[in-house]
Amino acid sequence: MHPELHEHGPDEVPHTHPDPGVDPHTPLAGGPRALRIGIGGPVGSGKTALVAALCRALGEEIRLAVVTNDIYTTEDADFLLRNGVLPAERIRAVETGCCPHTAIRDDISANLDAVEDLEEKLGPLDLVLVESGGDNLTATFSKGLIDQQIFVVDVSGGDKVPRKGGPGVTTADLLVINKTDLAPMVGADLSVMDRDAKARRHELPTVFLSLAEDKQATPVADWIRGLVAARV
Amino acid sequence: MSLATLLLLADGRLPSGGHAHSGGLEPQIAAGRVRDVDGLDGFLRGRLATGGLVSAAFAAAACADTGRAAELDVGLDARTPSPALRRASRAQGRALLRAGRAMWPVPAIGREPHQPVALGALAAAAGLTPVEAAVAAAHGTTTGSASAAVRLLGLDPYAVHALLARLAPECDRIAAVAAARSGDPVDELPAAGAPLLDIGAEHHATWEVRLFAS
Repeated sequence: MHPELHEHGPDEVPHTHPDPGVDPHTPLAGGPRALRIGIGGPVGSGKTALVAALCRALGEEIRLAVVTNDIYTTEDADFLLRNGVLPAERIRAVETGCCPHTAIRDDISANLDAVEDLEEKLGPLDLVLVESGGDNLTATFSKGLIDQQIFVVDVSGGDKVPRKGGPGVTTADLLVINKTDLAPMVGADLSVMDRDAKARRHELPTVFLSLAEDKQATPVADWIRGLVAARV
Repeated sequence: MSLATLLLLADGRLPSGGHAHSGGLEPQIAAGRVRDVDGLDGFLRGRLATGGLVSAAFAAAACADTGRAAELDVGLDARTPSPALRRASRAQGRALLRAGRAMWPVPAIGREPHQPVALGALAAAAGLTPVEAAVAAAHGTTTGSASAAVRLLGLDPYAVHALLARLAPECDRIAAVAAARSGDPVDELPAAGAPLLDIGAEHHATWEVRLFAS
């Protein structure tokens, strides 16, 4: 049916095709592909700032690309470009039709296509960061899209956020509590957040961060370095 | 045939990328042409009679003979003057194929076929008939845009579903017309177009801020 794709030469070894015409490839073979890390969290918690910091910290040492899912499509990608942290060809924006959580959990096709296109265009990558659009505390990534997920909350959302839980806080592989520099100004008690996060998350790690002070997001970058190293 | 399989293929929850596409509705809302359920009614009837008919005919044809996929794909290019709409159709075809390959043994029909060609190939692989492929295509034409309207305009979801129920017989009729021609030469398959949607899609692709991919 596709003779142009399958030519039989004169010295062909005799063989049969048990299922001619059927695509034998399963999508998403777990072969040598990049580690994929999802970054989710409420609007304004600092997801894009974290991605920018990780690009600054890791962009020179590993092969890195970013997929953004902001509801305003190109806004997050533009932020990264304006800040000059990653060349344009390493960033892809995905539209989510007003449903940021659908695009990372229920119907991940556009994100998978974006990740695969980046890997195809740029060659092998070590790490792809998939940043979700700002959503709520229930947003989580599908395991069909990412290997590990980071959930970003900030202290100005109130020190009760870890206690409220929700799948993002309780199940994310890394919980990042951002904007610790604002804690005194908003009356947030970091020890309460730490205690509640431990209670909710048991063994899963939590880090405190102030992206205003730590432009390389050091604890998060180190966590990712460990994952990338463990993969090769 | 299996009715449950058809429902699965036509379900809006099928992870095939459809949720990020408005079927050309977003630019028409921005232009003020669709503001309410009545406006949506007119939009959906127009879509069904043009792009819906073409999609249904090509889905039925691809289902009847998946070996014609490449030829049908070229035929859809010729019927889709807007480059933005070609990209949107191919992106949705690719996403649909990804879902379909996980569900049924779908033959190789290229990496990014037009959405109706992918839909027809999936229907055939699932053991469905051309008219069922056409129904799924026509149904998807209306429900995708209707769901986008609920999200973009905050329309009453019951009023929108009442509209979809009124349009269901028209979907069946379009699908029957389309399926009856599934064996026609590609050049003679329906070629109805909607120039305003083509123009809207080209404008939409240049917007700095948009919520839907198309």
